[in-house]
Amino acid sequence: MSNPQDTRTGKAPVLAPGHTFATVTDKISAIVLSRRTTLGWVVGFGVGLLLTMLLLAAVSYLLVKGVGIWGIDIPVAWGFAIVNFVWWIGIGHAGTLISAILLLLNQPWRNSINRFAEAMTLFAVMCAGMFPLLHLGRPWLFYWLFPYPNTMQVWPQFRSPLVWDVFAVSTYFTVSFLFWFVGLIPDLGTLRDRAHSRLARGAYGFLAMGWRGSARHWKNYESAYLLLAGLATPLVVSVHTVVSFDFAISIVPGWHTTIFPPYFVAGAIYSGFAMVLVIAIPIRKFYSLGDMITMRHLENCAKIMLVTGLIVAYGYLMEHFMAWYRSDEFDAFMVHNRMHGPYAPLYWALIVTNILVPQALWSRRVRQNVGALFGVSIIVLIGMWLERFIIVVTSLHRDFLTSSWGMYYPTKWDWFTFVGTIGFFAMAMYLFIRFLPMISIFEMRTLLPEAEVEAEAK
Amino acid sequence: MPYVVQPERIVLGQPLYFATAFPVGGIARPIIVKSMEGRPIKVEGNPQHSASLGAADAHSQASVLGLYDPDRSQTISYNGTVRPWGTLQATIRAALTEQQASGGAGLRFLTETVTSPTLASQIAAMLKQFPNAKWHPYEPVNRDNVKAGARIAFGQVVDTIYHLDKADVILALEADFLSPTGLPGFQRYARDFTARRKMKPGVAMNRLYVVEGTPSLTGAKADHRLPLRSSNIRAFARAVAAGVGVGGVGAAGGIEQQHWLQAVVNDLKQHRGASLVVAGDQEPAEVHALAHAINQALGNVGQTLSYVDPVEANPEDQTASLKELVADMDAGKVQVLAIVGGNPAYNAPADLEFADKLSKVGMKIHLGMYEDETSELCQWHVPEAHSLETWSDARAYDGTVSIIQPLIAPLFNGRSAHEFMAVFSQQPEQSSYDAVRGYWRSQFKGRPEEFEPTWRKWLHDGFIAGSESKPRAVSARPLNVPAPEPGVQGTEVVFQPDPSVYDGRWANNGWLQELPKPLTKLTWDNAILMSPAHSERMSLRTGNVVEVEYRGRKLRGPVLVAPGQAEDLITLAMGYGRKRGGSNGSKRGYSAFQVRTRDAPWIAGGVKITPVGEDYPLALTQNHQVIDNKTAIEETVKRAPVREATLAEFTANPRFAQEMKEEPAYDDTLYPHYDYTGYKWGMSIDLNSCVGCNACLVACQAENNIAVVGKEQVIRERHMNWLRLDAYNEGDLANPRTLFQPVPCMQCENAPCELVCPVGATVHSSEGLNDMVYNRCVGTRYCSNNCPYKVRRFNFLLFSDWNTPTLKLMRNPDVTVRSRGVMEKCTYCIQRITRARIDSEKEQRKIRDQEIQTACQQACPAEAIIFGDLNDKNSLVNRLKAEPRNYGLLAELNTRPRTTYLAAVRNPNPELEKKG
Repeated sequence: MSNPQDTRTGKAPVLAPGHTFATVTDKISAIVLSRRTTLGWVVGFGVGLLLTMLLLAAVSYLLVKGVGIWGIDIPVAWGFAIVNFVWWIGIGHAGTLISAILLLLNQPWRNSINRFAEAMTLFAVMCAGMFPLLHLGRPWLFYWLFPYPNTMQVWPQFRSPLVWDVFAVSTYFTVSFLFWFVGLIPDLGTLRDRAHSRLARGAYGFLAMGWRGSARHWKNYESAYLLLAGLATPLVVSVHTVVSFDFAISIVPGWHTTIFPPYFVAGAIYSGFAMVLVIAIPIRKFYSLGDMITMRHLENCAKIMLVTGLIVAYGYLMEHFMAWYRSDEFDAFMVHNRMHGPYAPLYWALIVTNILVPQALWSRRVRQNVGALFGVSIIVLIGMWLERFIIVVTSLHRDFLTSSWGMYYPTKWDWFTFVGTIGFFAMAMYLFIRFLPMISIFEMRTLLPEAEVEAEAK
Repeated sequence: MPYVVQPERIVLGQPLYFATAFPVGGIARPIIVKSMEGRPIKVEGNPQHSASLGAADAHSQASVLGLYDPDRSQTISYNGTVRPWGTLQATIRAALTEQQASGGAGLRFLTETVTSPTLASQIAAMLKQFPNAKWHPYEPVNRDNVKAGARIAFGQVVDTIYHLDKADVILALEADFLSPTGLPGFQRYARDFTARRKMKPGVAMNRLYVVEGTPSLTGAKADHRLPLRSSNIRAFARAVAAGVGVGGVGAAGGIEQQHWLQAVVNDLKQHRGASLVVAGDQEPAEVHALAHAINQALGNVGQTLSYVDPVEANPEDQTASLKELVADMDAGKVQVLAIVGGNPAYNAPADLEFADKLSKVGMKIHLGMYEDETSELCQWHVPEAHSLETWSDARAYDGTVSIIQPLIAPLFNGRSAHEFMAVFSQQPEQSSYDAVRGYWRSQFKGRPEEFEPTWRKWLHDGFIAGSESKPRAVSARPLNVPAPEPGVQGTEVVFQPDPSVYDGRWANNGWLQELPKPLTKLTWDNAILMSPAHSERMSLRTGNVVEVEYRGRKLRGPVLVAPGQAEDLITLAMGYGRKRGGSNGSKRGYSAFQVRTRDAPWIAGGVKITPVGEDYPLALTQNHQVIDNKTAIEETVKRAPVREATLAEFTANPRFAQEMKEEPAYDDTLYPHYDYTGYKWGMSIDLNSCVGCNACLVACQAENNIAVVGKEQVIRERHMNWLRLDAYNEGDLANPRTLFQPVPCMQCENAPCELVCPVGATVHSSEGLNDMVYNRCVGTRYCSNNCPYKVRRFNFLLFSDWNTPTLKLMRNPDVTVRSRGVMEKCTYCIQRITRARIDSEKEQRKIRDQEIQTACQQACPAEAIIFGDLNDKNSLVNRLKAEPRNYGLLAELNTRPRTTYLAAVRNPNPELEKKG
């Protein structure tokens, strides 16, 4: 691996000068092993835990009463559950993209952000995965969507994109988990060796699966990691493509469109990187990791956001173009209704948050301003959520027959469930930061000048 | 559970059918009731009866739910404590003994409208015994004006029977003859009226003019509709009378719409003997008299209408009769008051103060199905038997007598009016059966041994053949209608029976409460109807609460903007605002009876409307929250769900409907075609025939165990009707054209729902049905999203009542009761298909055409819905689908719907059409 000499290109370095193998290891492992748990962590974790309890309460009530506690109805039979599902799955895209695609593309700047981005992916997919289960009328029968041998001799109906979804999401979760866990193994070995308490040694030792760091281990490890990266790469594209099929396969105006797969994938990466920034910026500040997560990282993330945001904007443009070009009255009305119907304020909020505000990222000054980046990222996350809301709700609420037009108003239980998953996500991230190395120690070490020497020596 | 000793004729799982009748306002609605293991579960029309011809209205069908209503009163009570029947009998006998001396001077009977010959004879016998006792019939929805009108015209009371099949031109003066709450005989009228609109070769299309203040079903079917304040109908009728040459009506004037009027008059005059003028029951007596005179002048009597003996046993002025009773009560002359049915404390004219005056009566006994506002004020309450629980008799609109027979022993120890009246007679223990059979035996003219078979035939047929009222030869006397009648000043109010709960008697019936009122689509409440311009002028919107004040009496209710409502006219629906109306019926809406007075029971002027500044949530099933209503109307026109043309356009291009949208060719698919070799079910719905009466909706609900969800869930757009009735308003909202469209499942051949279900819970059958497998459904609701017709219904919560024991008795055992979390939808009544299939296979033949009737088809009075096998070349449904008017709804999406529609055709008067 090469270490780009950032001083030469004039860009910020991906690792601040002055670090050695030892300081990198010390700094990252100390967060887990020796630093005191801060009050900020306790408060943040506590809020996450409380919201997770709210989620539990909302889900329990849901299981007792049924999905009627939500605001869904006929015609809008899908509401927050599907909006949140698509939103979370989208967020879950950044991790694997950073880990796998950037690894294959030999972008070593990914090394300091891939670990927590992968963790974020896992937690986001967990949050996402909850919704399709909970939104079922009879959630206890969710396993009927799997092709398992059964006495009824019935299989799923494979023409339904919801079945494809089951495969896509479960595969994505499995591979993402494996990738993340395999990536952790060398670092777990490090933690095992540095841990003081017996419990920690035992736990990390168990998880490290006998990692000794021998040359043979490293050789096998690197090929396994590359293979997994190769496996994960198509998934980044496939998952959201399949999720977009949930809509594109249908005949609902506003859903039935061929641009959905690329447009969804771009949107997913867009929101994923926004979430990476939303997590990276505070971590960087509170754990003084500015030397490892440098402005270079933040700027690169911002640039990816800018590109994917423009693709999403192109998607919106195409929707309008196609509505005009197809001269189909249902499509034309759908677009008109988004702009002028009862949900128009949300549509215009979407245009502002998802298209207009991120244009600020063209400016280098904005990209280098941590506070501004954080703000833009939050706005993009809101914008992407609005996008899913607009797609799901405004397409359904006024479709073919005017007699069946209706409205959708979320109830407090919709909000509790949504906020609850944000809480669960936060809680899981806090636990991750506290108990696992949030930055890959061994991969960071490859960024050091010493590593270059060794590489050359090979 | 099988029987230990199987009763004769009862085979488990096999229904039995009994002919009987459901009386409403005394008028029998002939029905045939399906009974499973001794439980009546479904009401159908009686095909042999001339008043039904197989059709059953919404109210008769919903009566099964009324039968099993757990809120019915269940015990005889005296001031709230339980008493046995014997104690009541003894008390009454003691009171009668006291009354003996005065000849019953303190004895009064207050009944509803009575057509029952048996009950009338019982009362007559009792009045003979107590010559000073009095009988007062009263119902809030009475026909006093009809009777008064006949008295003016003929000097005697007669009933008018219309023969709409013979009328080429019809003018309805606020006469809603197609609606169950309009004229008695509505079912027959709907059949006869629509028979002339089926575009059959050789049957000339009729033309309907409607003048009305409040939009009605009949108004919606009109070729020309004129919104006119109800108080102006009289002037309009007078102008028509003058136009066709009726003498003594003074100068025609005061009608702004001279052009319209002239066109109608000319049309009527050109169709002498084949035209018809119908006045609504609520019209003032003069309008009826004018209508009689016009019909006579046009030579229609004996052609398009005939006069017969009145069906009412006591055709007196009910309001006057009640006033007399109240005066007697006030004077302390009434010692014993028996209220035989009805709820006068709730629905008597407000100015009579019936409830207050009731306190001056000594002994008050109330017979009723519910403990209600009246029973609350009476010492004695006796639970009344439901008409499906007892023997009785009643006359249909044409006088034909039906014997009412019980389908089940009284569930709650109810007593019939006959048993109740028997207590006042010499035979206090006489049963309903003995009373009814005894009466008819006494009337029987044949040899005694012939009575039994004849009686059995009556019961079997559901009516006594030849018992219809005898025609009366009457001729209209010269009219003297005072020319400038006092005009109504200020805003005008009109009272109407509610389309669902009528006068409030069905307030606790969930099926009817949740039945969307045909034009407004309102459920669970009544509202104050107001024209769009009027509401705009007052800055009011649907849901805003206003206070209505009439002569110092006030009520509060929410406004509902009604397109087509006449200007400066508000309409109040009766039947709501019940204080003790059961768990479903209480505290809903406002009571129109609060401001309804004796001298202005239908139309009153000079009301004051004051906005209150509050909002009241209204549960509408269509156009939920569509605030920018213009968008919806514009889009409807573009999408043309209901395709319509004028007769001239239709004649020029019969295929106009098929040419309005481009449908994909049959081969425009990547998939191989499926060959339907066996049966291939399909449905045809004639939009020209559909009158929007809602009978099909209740039929579907009863047949398919469809749950009632309640007001809150309807507001949240979760009502469960498998079959819905869409109503579209097109054109100027001040007087739009209203188009009805019943929408069941289209059973698409390329069903979008099937493709997207992940578990295969909705699949295609070899006969082309889009089957729903409840057991397999996990509830993703994707099918509903992908259904362009939005006919799928989802159990968002546990909507079916799984607990109430009596409701379990009511369910159709052939249809699954759905649980929470599953999707459901119209199945084309697959249980009926299966039953017919079993029968046909036993007899080794194919299912015959029209052997299967879906529930909606069977109930339809207009024969608008036809179901059958598309593989049978000669089937009725195939013949209809071959008509040029046939088109598929949203067929441009290549769904290939099996349910198709026959486009509507209007028959406008060219004279009026020119002016636009």
